[in-house]
Amino acid sequence: MLKSISRTLLGVVFAGGFMVPHAFAETSLNALFMAQAAYSEDDVRAMTEAFTKANPGIKVNLEFVPYEGLHDKTVLAQGSGGYDVVLFDVIWPAEYATNNILVDISSRITDEMKKGVLPGAWTTVQYDGKSYGMPWILDTKYLFYNKEILEKAGITAPPKTWDELAEQAKIVKDKGLLATPIVWSWAQAEAAICDYTTLVSAYGGEFLKDGKPAFQSGGGLDALNYMVTSYKSGLTNPNSKEFLEEDVRKVFQNGEAAFALNWTYMYNLANDPKESKVAGKVGIVPAPGVAGKSEISAMNGSMGLGVTTTSKHPDEAWKFVVHMTSQATQNEYAKLSLPIWASSYEDAAVTKGQEDLIAAAKLGLAAMYPRPTTPKYQELSTALQQAIQEALLDQASPEDALKTAAENSGL
Amino acid sequence: MSGPFMTTRAWLLMLPLLAVMVAVIGWPLVSTVGLSFTDAKLVGTSGSFVGFDNYAKMLSSSNFQRTLYTTAWFAIVSVTAEMIIGVLAALLLNQEFHGRFVLRALMILPWALPTVVNATLWRLIYNPEYGALNAALTQIGVLDSYRSWLGEPATAMTALIVADTWKNFPLVTLIALAALQAVPRDIKAAALVDGAGPFARFRFVTLPFIVGPLMVALVLRTIEAFKVFDIIWVMTRGGPANSTRTLSILVYQEAFSFQRAGSGASLALIVTLLVSVLAASYAVLVRKTAGSAR
Repeated sequence: MLKSISRTLLGVVFAGGFMVPHAFAETSLNALFMAQAAYSEDDVRAMTEAFTKANPGIKVNLEFVPYEGLHDKTVLAQGSGGYDVVLFDVIWPAEYATNNILVDISSRITDEMKKGVLPGAWTTVQYDGKSYGMPWILDTKYLFYNKEILEKAGITAPPKTWDELAEQAKIVKDKGLLATPIVWSWAQAEAAICDYTTLVSAYGGEFLKDGKPAFQSGGGLDALNYMVTSYKSGLTNPNSKEFLEEDVRKVFQNGEAAFALNWTYMYNLANDPKESKVAGKVGIVPAPGVAGKSEISAMNGSMGLGVTTTSKHPDEAWKFVVHMTSQATQNEYAKLSLPIWASSYEDAAVTKGQEDLIAAAKLGLAAMYPRPTTPKYQELSTALQQAIQEALLDQASPEDALKTAAENSGL
Repeated sequence: MSGPFMTTRAWLLMLPLLAVMVAVIGWPLVSTVGLSFTDAKLVGTSGSFVGFDNYAKMLSSSNFQRTLYTTAWFAIVSVTAEMIIGVLAALLLNQEFHGRFVLRALMILPWALPTVVNATLWRLIYNPEYGALNAALTQIGVLDSYRSWLGEPATAMTALIVADTWKNFPLVTLIALAALQAVPRDIKAAALVDGAGPFARFRFVTLPFIVGPLMVALVLRTIEAFKVFDIIWVMTRGGPANSTRTLSILVYQEAFSFQRAGSGASLALIVTLLVSVLAASYAVLVRKTAGSAR
């Protein structure tokens, strides 16, 4: 009954619409974005404005939520058909595809896109051979360092291995420059898994083997052991275990950390004198490797833009996605997030002023290690987050914590 | 006018309201009960009948038992604190002094704040790097250096309880203050003349008059505390190492993050049942105390 009432109302509105002369039949799109890391809210609004200027018939309503709310909001809105375009993390296409949340847009991808976009970026939006959107944010965790503090400590080059990182941090600590030189994002959240994955990739570990958990031994265990050792030895800021990425940025740009693991966006923000006390002293390199196992380490922290299956305007929604992910748009806003387009990395307009970031990105983006691809990712991640916290808090040994996580992972 | 005619008219008058309640509460409740016996997913499959499997799995899981304990601890400590501080504040504000009306109005402020605002505010206060609590405690010499409050299991729960108490004790104060207005002055004066001390006057004169309304506050607050979600979700998201994960957060994870609507529904109903039992036993208690206070 409610439906028929709303239909009648709609009918009245439409009838009214016909009587008033309209230049355009306006289409309204709802798009869901996140309010942290990568492109800033202002950037997204400016990009969208350019789109609506070029397409006056389409109106785009933007909504920003914290990363932590992005997945659940997308899934819950599916019942009411709330969004046309959603931002999604690399870990969700498996689940979204299985549950029919995103439209398979494989056929809409042009040859130009196929050739122009970096191969690593495509893995962000693919599951089972199909594409569920366009990659948009191409990101991995980098090792940031404070050049001034390293200089004072007599360190000439940033660490190449994780062991070297510990040694250098110890020098900084012993010289009394900082009490706890390294800062991470180890809160009970996805952020902790991103740091952990970076280490897993360095130690040559594996999350799953034949669909079963394999992180509880080998590289997966080595990675957690490294975190716990770094935490217990006092080289790591103990508050890391309640930090998200923005907390890491605040500590680093206040000059209270010599080393930090964070996303691309921190580079230009920490170098902005209005925001940061360490502007001009920010160094960036790919996350280190492990002797005999890896040269560098990196994890795939990319995100894509997709069209929901409940969208009533999939064509307009796709048009918006194409605009947001276009090379022109991405080159214009390349300060907080780097383009998905290969040729952009040779474009002086993009690289100017951030040569160090580009150099680190060229290495890091090519080495991105994926988090496991499974429709049950949320459960696996929740179990791992708990394991990491228990090991850091000494409630369980890293080995036992990971074993429990494997049992609780739902796999 | 009484008898069957009145009864019929009363029911007739209530009919529209009943219809609305059946639509917005009754139907969802019934369909949740139905859902709890299936292995339905939030999106995709509507699931098949699994009997009491969901309930058995939930009740026997260590996650549930630990979370139940966490929730009970949160509810008992925060509600006790809120009741004690609430009544004490009401007694103070019931005194006659200049500006008490301003104070009474100010008192409601924490309670009037949206919980999310309150939680964000307290998260800033507890911030390990630049929080006000650390600054205050180091400056007066209680702490040597800044420390983490929400990142340590030992302090995270207490920190949450403090934040929740700060927000909710004004409700108790409000109810107690209203009840205090009804305490007859002559009995208080008589007790004073009889030489009763302040504690005796409170225990034997004031308390019997306010205990009824206080029981109502107690019921309301216990139910709310048992269902707590938002303040914890904003401040710790159940961490560190799940030490502040309450039943509602577990329901949310199960039903929405993991998308197991079936077992999420069973868990939600278990929580509902627990809260109903609490509320019912309080109701009996309220009747008894109301009877004995006369």
